[in-house]
Amino acid sequence: MSAPTGTVALFATCINDLMFPDTPKAVVRLLERLGCTVDFPLSQTCCGQPFTNTGYFKEAMPSVRNYVETFESYEYVVGPSGSCIGSVRDQHPMLAGRLGDPGLQRRVEAIVAKTYDLSEFIVDVLGVTDVGAYFPHTVTYHSTCHSLRVTKVGDRPYRLLKAVRGLTFVELPDSDQCCGFGGTFSVKNPDTSVAMGTDKVRHVLDTGAEYLVAGDNSCLLHLGGLLSRMEAGVRPIHLAEILARTEEDLVEAGTSANSEGGVR
Amino acid sequence: MSSSREAILGRIRSALADVPGTEDSTDIAVDWVYGQRPEGAADDMLGLFVERVEDYRAVVDRITSDELAGRIADVLAEHEVNSVVIPAGAPEQWREAVAGRGITVLSDDPVLSHRELDATGGVVTASRVGIAETGTIVLDHDADQGRRALSLVPDLHVCVIGSDQVVSDVPEAVARLQASIDSRQPLTWISGPSATSDIELNRVEGVHGPRTLHVLLVDAG
Amino acid sequence: MTAEPTETVADHGVPAVHERRTPAPPPVTLIGMPKFPKNAKKELGNAQLRSNLRHATTTIRNKRARVVQELPHWEQLRLAGEAIKNRTLRHLDDYLIQLEESLTANGAIVHWANDADEANQIVIDITRSKGVDEVVKVKSMATQEIDLNEALEEAGIAAWETDLAELIVQLGHDRPSHILVPAIHRNRSEVREIFLEEMGRYGTPPPEGLTDDPAMLAGAARVHLRDKFMRAKVAVSGANFAIAETGTLVVVESEGNGRMCLTLPETLISIVGIEKTLPTFADLEVFMQLLPRSSTAERMNPYTSMWSGVREGDGPQEVHVVLVDNGRTKVLADEVGRQALRCIRCSACLNICPVYERVGGHAYGSVYPGPIGAILTPQLRGTASEVDKSLPYASSLCGACFEVCPVRINIPEVLVHLRNKVVEENPGPSLQNIGMKAGGWLMGKGSRFGMAGKGAEAFGTVWPGSKIGPLPIPGWAAGWTGARDMKKPATETFRDWWKKREKTAGRGDQEGQA
Repeated sequence: MSAPTGTVALFATCINDLMFPDTPKAVVRLLERLGCTVDFPLSQTCCGQPFTNTGYFKEAMPSVRNYVETFESYEYVVGPSGSCIGSVRDQHPMLAGRLGDPGLQRRVEAIVAKTYDLSEFIVDVLGVTDVGAYFPHTVTYHSTCHSLRVTKVGDRPYRLLKAVRGLTFVELPDSDQCCGFGGTFSVKNPDTSVAMGTDKVRHVLDTGAEYLVAGDNSCLLHLGGLLSRMEAGVRPIHLAEILARTEEDLVEAGTSANSEGGVR
Repeated sequence: MSSSREAILGRIRSALADVPGTEDSTDIAVDWVYGQRPEGAADDMLGLFVERVEDYRAVVDRITSDELAGRIADVLAEHEVNSVVIPAGAPEQWREAVAGRGITVLSDDPVLSHRELDATGGVVTASRVGIAETGTIVLDHDADQGRRALSLVPDLHVCVIGSDQVVSDVPEAVARLQASIDSRQPLTWISGPSATSDIELNRVEGVHGPRTLHVLLVDAG
Repeated sequence: MTAEPTETVADHGVPAVHERRTPAPPPVTLIGMPKFPKNAKKELGNAQLRSNLRHATTTIRNKRARVVQELPHWEQLRLAGEAIKNRTLRHLDDYLIQLEESLTANGAIVHWANDADEANQIVIDITRSKGVDEVVKVKSMATQEIDLNEALEEAGIAAWETDLAELIVQLGHDRPSHILVPAIHRNRSEVREIFLEEMGRYGTPPPEGLTDDPAMLAGAARVHLRDKFMRAKVAVSGANFAIAETGTLVVVESEGNGRMCLTLPETLISIVGIEKTLPTFADLEVFMQLLPRSSTAERMNPYTSMWSGVREGDGPQEVHVVLVDNGRTKVLADEVGRQALRCIRCSACLNICPVYERVGGHAYGSVYPGPIGAILTPQLRGTASEVDKSLPYASSLCGACFEVCPVRINIPEVLVHLRNKVVEENPGPSLQNIGMKAGGWLMGKGSRFGMAGKGAEAFGTVWPGSKIGPLPIPGWAAGWTGARDMKKPATETFRDWWKKREKTAGRGDQEGQA
């Protein structure tokens, strides 16, 4: 394993910052354990996707500029979200291009090249698949559309999960089908969104898994909301939180591995 | 009418204002080599052709050229066909062999009406090209295949193809068919008998075209 | 032939101006058609529809995956298909002129139609000039788009659909819900009922003892339509491709109804969207591989007809080709949106779409449903009406459609582009506009977002319990919480945790500049 010489900037994403702080905490823990120096530049906000995908290109621009200004001095930018990372890589160049600002465009392109989803960074940059994690539970994995089709993380999350000690992996049927979250789609088309989510949840329950893992907390917010409403018991958990957990954590925390949300 | 033509062309030109005037259509690169046999094409092309045609629930017989006329008559007799149309340009031996079994042979000369054709039990035609990968036979409606209606209206189509007419895949077939297109002949691509999947995507053979397709693959050797 | 009595016509809500010749479709008025979410809600409540659709789309997308896997050079084919279509579209004026010249040299008569009305009138005039009052039709999206059947009906001409699914739709007083399988929303017992009820009123009745066996139902259609084929003097078709170099039209089909229409009548009228043009015959080697595998999920469809104008002594001796714009040049003018004109109407995007699978085609309020409809319809018709405004949002942007598209139309990209168009066209002080503007400002600086974090923490601290249940606040809040709980915000945001951690470690607060 060769840890990068430069500092890794954590792009926590806005939703994780406010709603799922345990996920970025887990990323910090995990990357530090793997020998990285992690920084969290406080000027960061959002990738702008909620604006872009709803058609508000102008309103997305402050996010795009802020992302560039916040992260361009770092060697690596790593975020625990296939969707937000995908937005940076796929949509920031488009938005900058439309603005007709070649200077910004060049800066965006430079930063896109060093922006990674967590699973890509661990497998491709750090060259690790066994991160030394321990998670004695049965889990299933929802691939999430943007991780799969925009960021294209491929089988990296599977390889990382399958190397976790104690973990039993159950394949999720139709794992590549959308869960129905889709950002503002979830509130603009709530009935269709819930219909899609309900089918996804049915597949999840069929696996008998205790945990539903994904690389995107936004999809898990939607699926978790459905699971919670139906009191299904299955817990949504971000991939990072599983990878961060070691045998020592379990000893320290007693039986709290089952507490909601994972690492704290 | 011509005003609509000018209006449409005018709108197209202003819609394409971003396309440089100097750009030629061939400036848009198409990364494709036309007419090529695909890499990894099957060695046993004829075997693949038979397998793929049969996949559509058509019947394929592999025979020698000596057996052909007799086999045509056999197939028609097996289907208890009383009358058959054989295009005027087809070999005389076909006609003789079939007539020898007491089956009425029509030549579409003079031209048969739709109703007469509908009352005919079968049709025998030659063909232009066979495609192994897709199990397709293409007619270019030369004199040995007859006009398009002949191989459409009767319920049984006996189709003769030579082994040297079978090619690997669509690109080779299109290359071979260029001559027919250049002489403005119509083409009919046939892959199995008529079929539909319109009810619950359940495939059913036999709607409007011939419900039975019987292919005679003749060894050219 | 039995004409439908006037009172039945009235039952279907169409003003009974004259006695109809063909079954009346349900009335449709674009003005006032509800937007997609409302249509979707209605369709989602139809358990039969959802089960029919799930079964059908699952079957066909699995089949497609199998036949596509057989071709190791599939991605090269897609790239070639995309490039050939781009080449054509960027020089469409030249190719159309070449197509017109070739067709004319082949003895065909070429017409140009700006819009649906012009195209329909051309068909009416030709049909009347032949002294007949009926036409047989090959399934064609273009003729549905221009609503040709109803225009002919008003002109006293009966248009008989001959594709099995189109026949089911027509006899069922229904509308198509899928590009390839228009009756995908119907199951076999529904088809049987429609045939028993309606078939005899418009021609040969179904045989005694008709069951719901698909083979028997197809057999009934064969018998019903045979007489119409035999007597038809005029046929109307679309075209999958029109070859500029040789003046060749191509129709790809399965049942042989296309061949019947293209071959038996004396006069053939083909309605061709201007974007159907391909430069050369050789280009077909790419599309004849891409289309069948993407659409019916077969290595090759049963029948493909190619004809170059008039062939002496073979087929129609009078061949008309109507080149239709009807909004296509508007699509062409949009540099991002024009890729939608590459579409070859295979319907792979419908079959893979998780939204389409659940709501079906009718919810889209257009002859082009599913992902391609969501980008094509608002471009062809514009985004003035409520339903057209809502179509670009009728997608979760999952991207599955782009993956299967044989001509690589980046549907999510166009959807987002069209959403931007809708936003720009509606700058009023709506709740959404105000919220998005405020959000955009908030996300411009870490310090602003940090303040929002404080608010979230405060909310998270005072909100009782760990989750937010159903909220009676209309709009997005009710939309989310109607069937889903909402997680409440953290009582300590990540950035506050980080700041504390840095302080403990003796590192400074670097937020100052933010």
